[in-house]
Amino acid sequence: MKLNERSVAHYATCDSPTDHAGFLRKRVERHHHHTHHHHATSYQRRWFVLKGNLLFYFEERESREPVGLVVLEGCTVELCEAAEEFAFAIRFDDAGARAYVLVADGQAAMEAWVKALSRASFDYMRLVVRELEKQLEEACKSLAACRQSPRRSSSSSRKRHLSNPALLPLQEKPAVLENGYSTWGSGGAVPGGATCPDRDGGQAKPPPLPPRRRSAAGSAAGSPAPGLSPGMTESPVSPETACFSKLHGWYGQEIAVLRREWQERQKRGHP
Amino acid sequence: MRYNERELLSLARQPAEKAAEILMRVPKKGSVLKKRLVKLVVNFLFYFRTDEAEPIGALLLEHCRITKEEENVFSISFIEEPERKYCFECDSEEQCQEWIEALKRASYEFMRRSLIFYRNEIQKMTGKDPLEQYGISEEARFQLGTRRQ
Repeated sequence: MKLNERSVAHYATCDSPTDHAGFLRKRVERHHHHTHHHHATSYQRRWFVLKGNLLFYFEERESREPVGLVVLEGCTVELCEAAEEFAFAIRFDDAGARAYVLVADGQAAMEAWVKALSRASFDYMRLVVRELEKQLEEACKSLAACRQSPRRSSSSSRKRHLSNPALLPLQEKPAVLENGYSTWGSGGAVPGGATCPDRDGGQAKPPPLPPRRRSAAGSAAGSPAPGLSPGMTESPVSPETACFSKLHGWYGQEIAVLRREWQERQKRGHP
Repeated sequence: MRYNERELLSLARQPAEKAAEILMRVPKKGSVLKKRLVKLVVNFLFYFRTDEAEPIGALLLEHCRITKEEENVFSISFIEEPERKYCFECDSEEQCQEWIEALKRASYEFMRRSLIFYRNEIQKMTGKDPLEQYGISEEARFQLGTRRQ
């Protein structure tokens, strides 16, 4: 099976975040075709780099290219009954698949690696992201609920809001959060995932543009950038902040439009 | 570069986030569009001959650029070689957009950025770090501007 190896190797050495790195000794696997003949196990010291669900290993720390890659999906990481101290193994669910036996320099290093590797899978990351997405929705809802009844005796959550310097005391006019996003006044629509309906019948004003954005046409009102998908139901001015994917897609589209316009201008300027 | 091909093949058999028969062209001289079963599983895009169980190939979807080309067509290229494009021709513009969206979100790096974003937003709103209850708030992968090792 082909793999885009050049790109994968490039990803291994580029400056994207590294989740863990260090020297480990890797057991050399031999194929035993005969009965239990005791081979002396040998280990090779390699420089290991964990990026996401990919564990790369290099001959040296300064090597330009990895010698190998272990894709960490469908595996478990466990301490190992090897002759070596501080050994652990990466085992795959697939029956008959080989295990990778690795040896750390000490107890702390071993524990750190086992912890990092156990949480390296894509699925685990996805789980955490979804959980946080939900929590953000809930936080937005309870924030909106607080604002709808400012006279209610203060609950602990309200106290938390007040103690957050980014959120001014509950008031009718919008408060500006430190990242430039504004919250809107009482009766505001409940921000949340796409599935959350607007409970106030859409009477809320959309939040104003975050200060750092400049619209393509230069208009302060921030008319929607041309080419934005008409299917988007959020405010034409700014997407709701509760869903990162939407924000990412939204700004990405706008960037694409701006880039096209810039390229066209370039063409006209330089025939 | 060695890699655990067996496990990758096993991954290719897992339920896909997205799968479809799409015309595909690889960035090789003289290559033409061919019908392939294209399957997205975690941050890998596998492609099969339509009647085969084992994939011809896999693309790791990190540091890649997904570009809308002409009608119904999108391409995947990688940061260090932007001219080498894997082209995909869909049945409809709608299908094309769906795949572009799905592939843009398919990388581990994208999820990392999402997580950091949500973490910050929740922390700003509630004053609490949502990752603390999972005991993972100190992990490198979840920090803003992770330091390189």
